[in-house]
Amino acid sequence: MSVLKSIFGQDVDTTSSTYLGKPTSRVDGPAKVTGGAKYAAEFNVPNLLYGYIVSSGAARGTIRSINAAEVEQVSGVVKVFTHDNAPKTAYLDRSHRDQIAPDSGSPFRPLYQAELEYSFQPVALVVADSFEAARYAASLVKVEYDLKPHETDLRANLGKAHPPTDTRAGYVSAPKKPRGTPDEAYAAAAHKVEAEYSQPIEFHLPMESYASTAAYGEDGKLTIYQKTQGVQNCQEYVCSVFGLSSGDVQVISPYMGGGFGSGLRPTYDIYLSVLAATALKRSVRVSMTRQQMFSFSHRPEAIQHLKLAAREDGMLDSVTHTAIEETSQNEEYLETVVNWSGLMYNCPNVRLDHQLVNLDLASPADMRAPGAVTGLYAYECAVDELAYQAKMDPLAFREKNYAEKDQNADKIFSSKELREAYRQAAARFGWKDRPLEPRSMKKGSDLIGWGMASGSWEAMQGKAAAKLVLTADGKLLASSATSDIGTGTYTVMTMIAAEFSGVAIEDVTFQLGDSSMVYSPVEGGSWTVSSVGSAVKTVCGELRARLFKLAGKVDGAPLGDATIEDLTFANGAMHVTGNPVRNVTYTEALRAGKLDRLELDTTELPQLAKQATHALYSHSSVFAEVSVDEDLGTIHVNRVVSAIAGGRILNPKTARSQIMGAIVWGISMALEEEGMLDDHVGRFMNHNYAEYHIPVAADIHDIEVIFVPEHDEVVNPLGAKGLGEIGMVGVAAAVTNAVWHATGKRVRSLPVTLDKLL
Amino acid sequence: MINFSYSRAGSVAEAVGAKGKADGAGRFIAGGTNLVDLLKENVERPCAVIDISRLPLKTIEEAPDGGLRLGALATNADTAYHPEVQRRYPALSRAILAGASAQLRNMATNGGNLLQRTRCYYFYDVALPCNKRQPGSGCPAIKGQNRVCGVLGTSDDCIATHPSDMCIALAALEAAVRVSGPRGERTIPFAEFHTLPGHTPDIENTLAPDEIITAIDLPPSPYAGHSVYTKVRDRASYAFALVSVAALLDLDGDTIKSARVALGGVAHKPWRLPEAEALLTGKTATKENFLPVAQALFAGAHGYEHNFFKIELGKRAVVRALQLAARGTAAIKGVNGQTADA
Repeated sequence: MSVLKSIFGQDVDTTSSTYLGKPTSRVDGPAKVTGGAKYAAEFNVPNLLYGYIVSSGAARGTIRSINAAEVEQVSGVVKVFTHDNAPKTAYLDRSHRDQIAPDSGSPFRPLYQAELEYSFQPVALVVADSFEAARYAASLVKVEYDLKPHETDLRANLGKAHPPTDTRAGYVSAPKKPRGTPDEAYAAAAHKVEAEYSQPIEFHLPMESYASTAAYGEDGKLTIYQKTQGVQNCQEYVCSVFGLSSGDVQVISPYMGGGFGSGLRPTYDIYLSVLAATALKRSVRVSMTRQQMFSFSHRPEAIQHLKLAAREDGMLDSVTHTAIEETSQNEEYLETVVNWSGLMYNCPNVRLDHQLVNLDLASPADMRAPGAVTGLYAYECAVDELAYQAKMDPLAFREKNYAEKDQNADKIFSSKELREAYRQAAARFGWKDRPLEPRSMKKGSDLIGWGMASGSWEAMQGKAAAKLVLTADGKLLASSATSDIGTGTYTVMTMIAAEFSGVAIEDVTFQLGDSSMVYSPVEGGSWTVSSVGSAVKTVCGELRARLFKLAGKVDGAPLGDATIEDLTFANGAMHVTGNPVRNVTYTEALRAGKLDRLELDTTELPQLAKQATHALYSHSSVFAEVSVDEDLGTIHVNRVVSAIAGGRILNPKTARSQIMGAIVWGISMALEEEGMLDDHVGRFMNHNYAEYHIPVAADIHDIEVIFVPEHDEVVNPLGAKGLGEIGMVGVAAAVTNAVWHATGKRVRSLPVTLDKLL
Repeated sequence: MINFSYSRAGSVAEAVGAKGKADGAGRFIAGGTNLVDLLKENVERPCAVIDISRLPLKTIEEAPDGGLRLGALATNADTAYHPEVQRRYPALSRAILAGASAQLRNMATNGGNLLQRTRCYYFYDVALPCNKRQPGSGCPAIKGQNRVCGVLGTSDDCIATHPSDMCIALAALEAAVRVSGPRGERTIPFAEFHTLPGHTPDIENTLAPDEIITAIDLPPSPYAGHSVYTKVRDRASYAFALVSVAALLDLDGDTIKSARVALGGVAHKPWRLPEAEALLTGKTATKENFLPVAQALFAGAHGYEHNFFKIELGKRAVVRALQLAARGTAAIKGVNGQTADA
């Protein structure tokens, strides 16, 4: 345990609870490493047909012809679907909007019209009796286009930037009016920074490609095995688009090989599999190629302009932050980019602006810490620049301007241990020895630099439900229609259910990923523990109350006149606290009630009255060391220390993995990732894992994660803020700030590749 | 289905015969690390696939002239870790280990390494034109995403690079490629093996369609004590070279008796310029003397929108490689003087 303490800081909660706070291995680990875990493309059903997607080679224009009839003659081919012959789906855009879609706009509809919307969009689906036949026939599909000019270059189209006209749940638009007088404060300030930061399009690229196996039942009902972060979102979408009733569509997704936001909205493979299955009255599988994984969602390119100013004493006095992002022609993808800059540090004068440019690209989509990663990359770099202008250590600058409340909303934080996160991470890193001047540290032909940044993410909670079934053998089955995108949902929900039901963890099973289960929102935004976990906790409380009532019927009344508050629930039994002999097992309680099972479910809602008066955020404090080859510009991130203030940490083991993965991704964003768009052809060219770079093992060195204790009774009944996003926020800025400290060169466009340092 | 015949050659003569019969539409397969990818991408569509992986060409043995003979079917991994390769041709060992991944090197063969195709993005995307893939269709890379493309010896038809690391060391070592065909055996000097794109970028080497590589001969080398392979890339492993340099020095004290420099990542073939190397003969091994070599090597370079930097980077890499070579093979850990190997 001493080792764990040093890794996890002081927060490893080993005493006050049975399971929560203790490092717990994944309950789904054995299934995953033995191949027992089945993914969407692995569900085999009898007489399955295989759909292979043909992608557009052009960005804009009209499809003149597709040789579908000719390809249908190929042996094994059952049907070639195109916009010409695809069955009609719902007419109204509204019917195509899923839970995550912008409130208006026209969601992309595959095989809907001759007009192209972007390069690599699906233009045909070849369905055959084998994957090989479908794939071969797809290679014979010839699409002829009447081309039209396309626009995919954000910088060339900045003149078309406009404020968003749409809205979306979770999107916080930039304040309409500035706070204070940012221009006057800027003009009068002693220290100033004005700079533009850009970041390219990045892709989610989970290892598992999207796939949809639509099993067509004898009764015409569909069971769809789907890679998705939201089975119920998919089910509603399919019903709405295809006019099916909810009882006739079941969406199942027990495992997911990574999502990162790309599976929050239904992907076009499900549209195509259902289209083909319902038209042919056959079971159909549609899966995407690796190249097609670059064709439906991305983190939008962003060009950001920042003006910051501080007074002589280093007090931040003016912030102007404008972010321009691209979106598709058919939808306004909305993420909260600039508001963080009015939140992170105390500042009386703030102007924030978020604008969009419509381009001939697929709609962007939420990608890990959407908006925050983008906005705070630029802002935290600019803050670093300003601190240096003021000749202040960047950590001291942040501590001096520490925000004790959320000035955007004028609310106090429900909890905020960022100051402690700074202290612990800085101590661990050895930050106090950092020279203020860049190019001060050298080792051989390498320049060494230290940089830091901080980050923030919302601690959200949504409506969610959980169901329990306790059986006479003392086993507990808990469920909710959430998903486990690799984050450890199965494990943490099992832990929560065991903790609050009093059933031993080995007797608890948690199930998810089935649209027929009780309600869950999509898994995203770091809100699954908060939303679904809270529902599990609440329903477990109800279970204890029911069991306590039943225990009164047990012969001899072992619990006497004890109230429920007098009892301890553990190991499948309840006993009078301090007197374990006076106990009733759950099995005995069920028997006394003449029940072979106890079933109950509950829907948990956020305690809005309590939450509304507070600002609910997690925070990060990230420190990085880089070495830069002075002649060749190659950069190595030698070490990263990140301290996270994320509320109560329920499973330190998976929590640490999650933050480590996020740090790796932050390094990736800083140094490697770039969707290389050829604007002449309007197409991404590095559409594979060899050329779209993400870190390999040799790129990643020491990573240390610290969890700073935070007690929070406002965010949700568990006090856990969620960790999916926060680990990535600030990492790219910490790394690029370290590159500056090493080289003296501010590279303000990501990724920081070696050519930018020559 | 795209049907192709698959045959397993029992002898070199059988392999050559089968290839000749396929009349340019046949492909040998050994490790398959490049060919299988290209088949999946519909870039290669052979009518005959001839499996040569069982031919007895896997040995690494002493050559009659005191050099070393590398079997065409010896794997890249076996070659890189062969004690005689490591001892006598350390730049070759390091170049191989700087490429691909351990898994790929375990499969990839020496002959296949020479014949691997470019990694130009446009070559791989059959929705777009490419003169190399489809002669006469055009080269969108010239105005497109050309970070991975060449700056030396390019043409108006093609600016692709040869992606090999191994070949850069082989060029510097002046290896010879032994080939066999219906007209008997012949030896192709390494400098004459790969070709520049010119107007025929689909032709990448001087191997005839009915010939097979049987071995690579390494001549005796005086450079073992001062041999390096410097590879500059966008991540620490599993990335093709932006620029790479094989640098070999034969030193008498501080004085350079002879030097060899070959460049990768910059051209359609491993790039050498003997006149530039000659600048070092008789000079002392100092940065001042290395700079003119770098200048000379890139004197004719022509950059494109996304790869201009390779000209400056290449010069710096040449100087770095020569500096490291001067320090001595033993003093250098891994590629670029750093510890990461692959």
